[in-house]
Amino acid sequence: MPDETKTANADSVNRRQFFAKLGLGSLGIAAAGTAAFAYQFLEPNVLYEPSPVVNAGKPDRYPLDSVTLDVNSAIYIIHSQEGYFSLSAVCTHLGCLTAWKPELNMIACPCHGSKFEREGKKIEGPAPKPLPWKRVWLNDDGDLLVDRSTDVPPLQRDSFVRV
Amino acid sequence: MAKTIDQYFDDLRETRVWRSIFRSGTGSSTLKRALAIQQNVFLHLFSTKVRTRMLSFSATWYLGTLTLGTFFILIATGIPLMLYYHPSAPQAYADTKDLQFVVSSGMFLRNLHRWSAHCMVFLVFAHMFKVFYRGAYRTPREFNWVIGVILLLMTLLLSYTGYLLPWDQLAYWAITVGSNIASAVPLMGNKIHFLLLGGNAVNANALLRFYVLHCMILPLAAMFFVAIHFWRIRKDGGLYSHSSEPAILRAKALTAETTAEEAQ
Repeated sequence: MPDETKTANADSVNRRQFFAKLGLGSLGIAAAGTAAFAYQFLEPNVLYEPSPVVNAGKPDRYPLDSVTLDVNSAIYIIHSQEGYFSLSAVCTHLGCLTAWKPELNMIACPCHGSKFEREGKKIEGPAPKPLPWKRVWLNDDGDLLVDRSTDVPPLQRDSFVRV
Repeated sequence: MAKTIDQYFDDLRETRVWRSIFRSGTGSSTLKRALAIQQNVFLHLFSTKVRTRMLSFSATWYLGTLTLGTFFILIATGIPLMLYYHPSAPQAYADTKDLQFVVSSGMFLRNLHRWSAHCMVFLVFAHMFKVFYRGAYRTPREFNWVIGVILLLMTLLLSYTGYLLPWDQLAYWAITVGSNIASAVPLMGNKIHFLLLGGNAVNANALLRFYVLHCMILPLAAMFFVAIHFWRIRKDGGLYSHSSEPAILRAKALTAETTAEEAQ
């Protein structure tokens, strides 16, 4: 009889093991819950950041063949022969604010020396990517609007605004 | 007969209050001196006995101790600075200017904090070079080297988080660049960047997060690892001494044996 009891217990758990497993299991669930809680807490649900849509004013503020940097919104408004377009002024390397150099006819980053063409194309690194084009359109009042959160393909017909 | 100063101290050590705090009592026997170390919550991290030559300047150049010294200066100057500094976007820069030009001794405390921070980074590297070139990282001390690397990272993170707090152009762009480096982490880089700054750009949330990291989370974590670091020195057989390493002792014994055999 005692042997039978042993065999029956071999692949099952006794009361002590059951409660130990139950305890460890609930601790594990609680730890996973705490991790999820901490992650959600650390991620802000509301951001008090400026709107990604910028009003750049009336298009006639920008003369033909001009490049204008708006320091506060970190975008260029460029009036080219094809129309108006907007470039991000944030360097694709490490996020510094680039500047338009009219004497060199290029955009240059002061931090690590990246250089870009007026159309955003990279001339030299360390920036890995060209400056992205941003969506531009005219609102009902005739103001030029730029959506900094939306990239558009460069040099495409739809990426320009014509007035 | 007039008592000497030492005798006054001995009398003090015999009082009931003193004995209730320090149990080991008076006397300079080896046991009493060992107990004085072993029964003190701070000193018990260290070995009860140290070879006097290990306490000489040439053994360690005191680099670890000096690093701890700068850490203490940073705590002692950082806490008073917190009393005048508000970690909020409209106030942080003005408070820094006030500390520099208006608060009594503010400039002294702020500069002392800054120079100590620079010294600490330098000393941590010097300490690691010394340990590396002496080979003091080898078995059984390899885990303490790992703790040391963690402490190096703590030191650099403390420097980095403190850099944002003046909230000037230098701070803003340094943290913009630095946090963009975090974005380069594969897969979760952008997530880390977002969580570190509490937003998409260096903003009020980022300032507050860096402040809490700089004044609370990182110093506590550093103290925790410093305690383990010191404890491990004792557990790994005390400060590293080349001449008393097991391998060196074995080699010496072997040479002695061979010499003895040759002499026969």
